Amino acid sequence: MPRILFIAPLLLFAIVAAYLAIGLTKNARILPSALLDQPVPSFDLPPLKNDKPGLATADLQGDVMLVNVFASWCVPCRAEHPLLMQMTHDKTVPIIGLNWKDKKADARAWLAELGDPYTRIGHDPSGRAGIEWGVYGVPETYVIDRGGRIRYKHVGPMFREVLTETVLPLIKELRK
Amino acid sequence: MIVRLAALLILFVLIRTGESHAVQPDERLADPMLEARARDISKGVRCLVCQNQSIDDSNADLAKDLRILLRERLTAGDSDQKIRDFLVARYGDFVLLKPPMKASTYALWFGPLVILVLAIIGLIVFFRRRAALDTTSSGAASLNTEERARLATLLDGKAGDDKGNPA
Repeated sequence: MPRILFIAPLLLFAIVAAYLAIGLTKNARILPSALLDQPVPSFDLPPLKNDKPGLATADLQGDVMLVNVFASWCVPCRAEHPLLMQMTHDKTVPIIGLNWKDKKADARAWLAELGDPYTRIGHDPSGRAGIEWGVYGVPETYVIDRGGRIRYKHVGPMFREVLTETVLPLIKELRK
Repeated sequence: MIVRLAALLILFVLIRTGESHAVQPDERLADPMLEARARDISKGVRCLVCQNQSIDDSNADLAKDLRILLRERLTAGDSDQKIRDFLVARYGDFVLLKPPMKASTYALWFGPLVILVLAIIGLIVFFRRRAALDTTSSGAASLNTEERARLATLLDGKAGDDKGNPA
């Protein structure tokens, strides 16, 4: 038997270990968006507030933007909200709101209490527009490029680390 | 009459509670053929919120929305495949509980089979080699002429050294 064959079990172990190391440390609950690098889906939502426009596909063209899916009943949304407020205050990037499966009065009260960081807000009480976007848990945040394509999706509350390490560099690059 | 109706109602409720799926009565389609197709599709669609349940089993809000959505599409005349494609386009292959057969999933589908075949080949080689080793080490054919001569001398009982030389 050739000597080299003795190393085969070790090699096999190394391969399996490498696969498991990658597979088991990834967060399996977070899915990549199927719409990544695709144009934003076609949808048209009425405004949530009387003094702010609603949201349709055509509104997401021409500038780099964030689309934030939120709801008043969603607890993690409350957690990420101060960060969104700060971004709007710093004029980092326009943030568009997609109010998902929420009651109009509840969402308005929520924004009145915590502040409104959004430049426009679409109201999606049935969740149908959310399904078009592949939304499965709020909050979700999408980065949209100038051409109206989805370039990044973050599921769950936006953390400062994700923002500074991933989202802001991406925005900077998309703006070039 | 009222008693009978009540009994029937109780019986109906008892039967109904025996079912474990999450489909609500108001979601069902009037057409039993379409409803059967809807059930069939939704059993293969993953609930993205609970992830190890189908939307047919899940009580999650999104699962209910997807059940209603696919029933609407069925009623509108979409084929089963078209509805699955619609969901995959938005949520990715992960939304299907059974992974589709395509280039990127060949390793998943055929990997175990390849490993099994390799293992069987390995075993065959191993046993063949061992069998070959057995016949060469214990068989008479392995003695050369000189050794046979020595053996014959020893068996003849004649005294001599172990090199076969007579005393």
